[in-house]
Amino acid sequence: MHVKAHIGIIGYMIQINQLSKKYKGADTFSVFELNLQIEEGEIFGLLGPNGAGKTTLISMLCSLLKPTSGSFTINDLNFRDQKKQLKQLIGIVPQEYALYPALTAYENLYYFGSMYGLTGEPLKNTIYDHLKIMGLSRFANKRVANFSGGMKRRVNLIASILHNPKVLFLDEPTVGVDVQSKNVIIGHLEELNRSGTTLVYSSHHLNEAENFCTRVAIIDHGRVICMGEPGVLIANQKNAHNLEDVFLSKTGKALRDHA
Amino acid sequence: MHKLLASAYKEFLLLIRDMGGISILFVMPLILVVTITLIQDSTFKSIKDVKIPILWVDNDRGTVSENIYANLTKSNTFNVIHKDTEEEARDLVFKGKYQLAVIIPANLSSDLGKKIDDNVTGILSQFGLEKGSTSDSAKIAQKEIRLYFDPATQFAFRSSVKNGIDKMISQIESRTIYRVFQEQLSGDGTKITFNAEGLISFKEIVPTRGDKEILPNSTQHNVPAWTLFAIFFIIVPLSINMVKEKNQGTFVRLRTNPVSYATVLGGKTLIYLCVCLIQFSLMLLVGLYLLPTLGLPQLDLSGRLPLLFLVALFAGLAAIGLGLLLGTIAKTQEQSAPFGATFVVILAAMGGVWVPVFLMPRYMQYLSNLSPMNWGLKAFYDVFLRNAGFGAILPELLLLLLFFVITTGISIIYNERQHAV
Repeated sequence: MHVKAHIGIIGYMIQINQLSKKYKGADTFSVFELNLQIEEGEIFGLLGPNGAGKTTLISMLCSLLKPTSGSFTINDLNFRDQKKQLKQLIGIVPQEYALYPALTAYENLYYFGSMYGLTGEPLKNTIYDHLKIMGLSRFANKRVANFSGGMKRRVNLIASILHNPKVLFLDEPTVGVDVQSKNVIIGHLEELNRSGTTLVYSSHHLNEAENFCTRVAIIDHGRVICMGEPGVLIANQKNAHNLEDVFLSKTGKALRDHA
Repeated sequence: MHKLLASAYKEFLLLIRDMGGISILFVMPLILVVTITLIQDSTFKSIKDVKIPILWVDNDRGTVSENIYANLTKSNTFNVIHKDTEEEARDLVFKGKYQLAVIIPANLSSDLGKKIDDNVTGILSQFGLEKGSTSDSAKIAQKEIRLYFDPATQFAFRSSVKNGIDKMISQIESRTIYRVFQEQLSGDGTKITFNAEGLISFKEIVPTRGDKEILPNSTQHNVPAWTLFAIFFIIVPLSINMVKEKNQGTFVRLRTNPVSYATVLGGKTLIYLCVCLIQFSLMLLVGLYLLPTLGLPQLDLSGRLPLLFLVALFAGLAAIGLGLLLGTIAKTQEQSAPFGATFVVILAAMGGVWVPVFLMPRYMQYLSNLSPMNWGLKAFYDVFLRNAGFGAILPELLLLLLFFVITTGISIIYNERQHAV
């Protein structure tokens, strides 16, 4: 059981106002007039069935997608005018392994660290520290192409936190990894959170979210349909024993396949 | 600067990790230039190693056919093979066994002699030097030397053969006219009345460097042309590299990083420019050391190395600009690789790598001015063959640079618009 690491409310780290996204040619909005405030130091879970709008929301917050309407700020920085400062502030752990397979773990990390302006010994030391925590020290000079899924996930995470971001977005960071890798990843994320990083976490692993997140929002059809601390949501839902029960009662049991 | 250098170092690592790819990048252009130079070498040689076998049907067996035959044999271009009938020769040519059959009609020599004899007699009688002839030249039928070409032969070959034979006949006719005049005027033809030697001759003046003439040869023509072709082929691996980044997700990560697209492209430009210059150096080394061992002329670089590298540098920039644009726009390798390869061939064709620009139709000549390969080729030929200095190639260098700036600029703007937030 992971220890929840809510470090007291200082202010809104992320403030989202009426944010909407409709993809070109789509009939419906992927995210529709969404309002959300995430406090500094939170581990905030974005939960929802496939196609609910979680990845779209994270992509907009990471400057990867242009919102159709609405706005947001991160640490009071506006996403339109202060994009460069905003990028320096955030990290993203994408769902895919965003790494160069032909490069070693160290080379990948050195390159992505350099893109945040980190250089020389400090960068080198940071890389080796993270590799050690993640149990990858002896694989530092091995090519990522030869890594297992779990190892790639861990390197993928390190590449996003070398610059010690204030906000870290995680899009399914533990998908497809074994229990050991998952524990190391979650443990390291909790450590980051303790040191002040706000985490915004999207996942289908509801047990993991229940234990890991200080607060969750269940999103469906681009809207927040319920939000709160996991324990409170479970307690308030009739016949619910865990977050999965809450999730199914709010989103239904129908399949959400779409193309 | 640190981000730019880190990007360049990453590109360097990606390149050297793909040794198969990098070998192809360097070795294939070398094979290309050697192959093309070997093939085209005969065009430039005065003594040719290869003779084209042609068929010869002589129905005349007179002085004219002997003369044509002697000239064809003497030209060292053809290996003349005798055949008895026109039908046999025609069938063999139309089946593609031979490229050409020359059919000399019966009585060509005697009828030509008669016709000239009658004409000369007629002319002299006008001056009262000869009694009016009872010319029956009008009854002499028009003679026709028949040429059968293999349909696969190119127009240039046909034209060259036709012109050659036409010239031979003209010479024979002129000599015969002189001879008949001499015979008619001197009675027995022993007294030399005319100087039949041609008054007009040709002398080809070529550019010189010091006292040394710059003689065009297959190496001087092919090394720059195909080096340029190879340099532009860089757009294929470069665009694939960029499309791969999109598919790997690394490009998405870079978009979340505080680094500009221009910096990312700058890193690629630095490394791929080095690749172009290494490619170019290898081509020069091949021209200097390998081609002579294959019996081809040695590449003459005397004093031109700095200018040549300057042209290669700017041509490389233009090629990289195009690669960056293609890599930015293409979404899959299936889009970038075939398009890149085909487009380079089109640019090469337009640029005059295969067919010289002056031989192209008028509108294609205008279009060729739009091909960066044309600018590069002009600059290379100016340096290699025309002994030009920096000032002469500056316009081409500026065009190549402008092309790089425009294509890279479009890439950056396109990327911004695609991913504007």
